[in-house]
Amino acid sequence: MTSLWVGIAIMIVGCFALKYAGLSVPERVLNHPATVRAADLIPVALLGALIAVQVFAHDGSLRIDARLLGLVVAAVLLTLRVPFLPVVFAAALVAALVRMG
Amino acid sequence: MSTDRSVIVDSLGVGLATGAYGVSFGAISAASGLDVLQTCVLSLLVFTGASQFAFIGIIASGGNPVTGALTAVLLGSRNLFYGLSLAQKLDLKGSQRLASAHFVIDESTAMAVTRETTRQTRLGFYWTGISIFVLWNLMTFVGALAGAKIGDPQTYGLDAAVGAAFLGLLWPRLTSWHARLVALFGAAVAMGLVPLTAAGLPIILGGGAAVVLGMLWRPKVSA
Repeated sequence: MTSLWVGIAIMIVGCFALKYAGLSVPERVLNHPATVRAADLIPVALLGALIAVQVFAHDGSLRIDARLLGLVVAAVLLTLRVPFLPVVFAAALVAALVRMG
Repeated sequence: MSTDRSVIVDSLGVGLATGAYGVSFGAISAASGLDVLQTCVLSLLVFTGASQFAFIGIIASGGNPVTGALTAVLLGSRNLFYGLSLAQKLDLKGSQRLASAHFVIDESTAMAVTRETTRQTRLGFYWTGISIFVLWNLMTFVGALAGAKIGDPQTYGLDAAVGAAFLGLLWPRLTSWHARLVALFGAAVAMGLVPLTAAGLPIILGGGAAVVLGMLWRPKVSA
């Protein structure tokens, strides 16, 4: 699939350019309170949206299924300060078990 | 004052813990429709975990790869600001910057910017960044081989694993009510747009709307 490679190429160039620019641009260019605020908000906002779509979207509509249970399990484990990898495995395991039952 | 040795040991600890979750990225990516080569190229050449997960999440939900890539790059914009705070402390020359930029990620920044000397900033940055890079790529490959066999992400609940992975990345950032509400608002707008727009767009539009809300609405007392 060509278009997947196009997406990958955009990411390679875009993500490296951001990293390199951060190390190279004089600090005063970007060190503006509004820019710093936006930079803090972008990952929070995007990850919130990513979670919602990943958990509820199904072929262009919303659906509640085993993925939501996986997310709830993940939230509980994160509250208990369980590390990333066991959290991800537990969410997958719970979703898989629910679907088998 | 930490010793050089303790900086290196701490950095390797973070490197091992973080690099290990390359296996979840590899497995989910290969089960989401990317082949093993594409999966490994992402980890080798993009090398910023949240962006990689965002891209494969959007691909798995049927989104356009260009929309997926733009969302991923936007998510990678935080590395720009990591670079800013690292630049002074690492004190690098032109060619050193080019060689070091690839290792500017969440963890290498966190393990570097708190150090008191340039020497220990560099130790923290390179030991963390390079150990994650090596392990993240090895584990991506291992995970991708397994994911390619699994095929459908619904098998073994890999689709649920993606949501959990995003939540795990978001969790440490939810330190204030302001941040929590911005995340919830982004989620709500994205959900509302799912039936109305092409796959992938709800994420970038919902995220964008939540950034605007977060910029306009400033709590008087920050939590």
